[in-house]
Amino acid sequence: MNEPVGDTATELLRLQGVRKSFGDNVVLREVDLTVEPGQCVVLIGASGSGKSTLLRCVNLLEVVDDGVITFDGRDITDPRVDGDEVRARMGMVFQAYNLFPHLDVIGNVTLALRLVHGVGAEEARTRGLAMLDRVGLAEKAGARPDDLSGGQQQRVAIARALVANPRLMLLDEVTSALDPELVGEVLDLLTELKGEGVTMLLNTHEMGFARDVADQVCFLHDGRIHEQGPPARVLGDPQEERTRAFLSRIRA
Amino acid sequence: MPHQLDTAWQPSEVQRERDEWRRRRTLRSAAIAAVSTLLLVGALAVAVVSSPGWERVRETYFDWDKAVSSFPAVVDGLWLNIRVMLVCWVLILLLSLTIAIVRTLRGPVAFPLRLLGTAYVDVFRGLPLLLVIFLLGFGGPALSLRGVPTSPLFWGGAALVLSYSAYVAEVFRAGIESVHPSQRLAGRSLGLSYGQTLRHVVMPQAWRRVIPPLMNDLVSLQKDSGLIAVLGVYDAIRRAQIETSLDFNYTPYVVAGFLFCCLTIPMARLTDRYARKRGYHGAGGHL
Repeated sequence: MNEPVGDTATELLRLQGVRKSFGDNVVLREVDLTVEPGQCVVLIGASGSGKSTLLRCVNLLEVVDDGVITFDGRDITDPRVDGDEVRARMGMVFQAYNLFPHLDVIGNVTLALRLVHGVGAEEARTRGLAMLDRVGLAEKAGARPDDLSGGQQQRVAIARALVANPRLMLLDEVTSALDPELVGEVLDLLTELKGEGVTMLLNTHEMGFARDVADQVCFLHDGRIHEQGPPARVLGDPQEERTRAFLSRIRA
Repeated sequence: MPHQLDTAWQPSEVQRERDEWRRRRTLRSAAIAAVSTLLLVGALAVAVVSSPGWERVRETYFDWDKAVSSFPAVVDGLWLNIRVMLVCWVLILLLSLTIAIVRTLRGPVAFPLRLLGTAYVDVFRGLPLLLVIFLLGFGGPALSLRGVPTSPLFWGGAALVLSYSAYVAEVFRAGIESVHPSQRLAGRSLGLSYGQTLRHVVMPQAWRRVIPPLMNDLVSLQKDSGLIAVLGVYDAIRRAQIETSLDFNYTPYVVAGFLFCCLTIPMARLTDRYARKRGYHGAGGHL
């Protein structure tokens, strides 16, 4: 029943006919999408076009109504699959950071290492500190999330998702809640991660970032990928009327 | 699922197979749950019935004729419990809400009020309920206050109200303080007064969170209303005691226990449903 995956072994993630509805509201009608290792794929589209829902479906935070999502060569939408094990191999970053307020920064970053990946407290701390250093927040290890700026919180959230070396990073509007002057520090970090070969699937309204960093831009409309391709084409010379209308709206 | 834009959609073969697998798994879980429950209950029942003293226990605690003959008296007493419980619950809610609001007041002007509220809660949470009932039930009438009834029912009820209000006030206070300060800021920034913010912004949110613990206390009050029997009030427990003393058959106590359960169990289910309906809509359902 499952699609043979032997000839598509280079793909890290593949969505085929993914459908998701909430009651009568069909958010994703039939989504097909592939992400190659090392790629940065950016989803764009109007509010409510299903960008976040798509990421949540990939992270198995939502159960799809139909369709197949293949991750690392395995159908993860099969109900027999252990969702926790799949999620442990992905990193997800949320729009509102979703840090744990009762833990300090290093506690946030090392929680999954210790509980999910079986890393000892000592080594988890070392790796957590190294990761915090990587995002430029080593001196904030003992701080509480509430004491950090939005940009710092989001960088902690990225460190938390990244510390266990996930195969795929899912980033859901990670700069939408930030002040304009803090957006840069987060986008710079993502650009560096892309340079290091981290595979990313993200949605954003930052068209400049999409143009500079994305390998593929996908325009989501009416529950489908309406147009996709390299950023120069989709953003610079869109073929579809809907894409043009959307781009002119957000640039107005 | 009928949808005008979407009548064409039919689940794919993969999806139908998944749905079928999920359905089978649900059935299997239900079957395992049913069988294991039956086995456990059966084992408990066998253990009790096969015990050496079971015959004697059955005669003195589960005598059907005695249950039938004592039933009217116990029910009559239970009606008193219900009335005590309802009246006390209204008074408890009013008193405890007042105390909770007083304890969350800010500023030095409110210090004496806060102190009073704290002292009240400390004292009445510290005292055993039975002790309060004894002290008020026998001491209260002895005061011979003008215009105040001397009946044990009145003073027993007063003891329940005073004791429970201390607990319930803390439930309310926890609820009020669990509402994020930004909500209070938003209310005040609109020009709402302290009281208006409390009434229209803070309390509605606090209320939803405290309903489960409040219902817990209400169920507890239903049972503890039986404690005023020690003052000689003819409630369900006292009536069962009288019935028992006729022939030393303890079945009326079991009848009373059964009736109390009949009161509290539906209340608990109702609370569960209410809390679920108005409850948190946070994490996705399947996680």
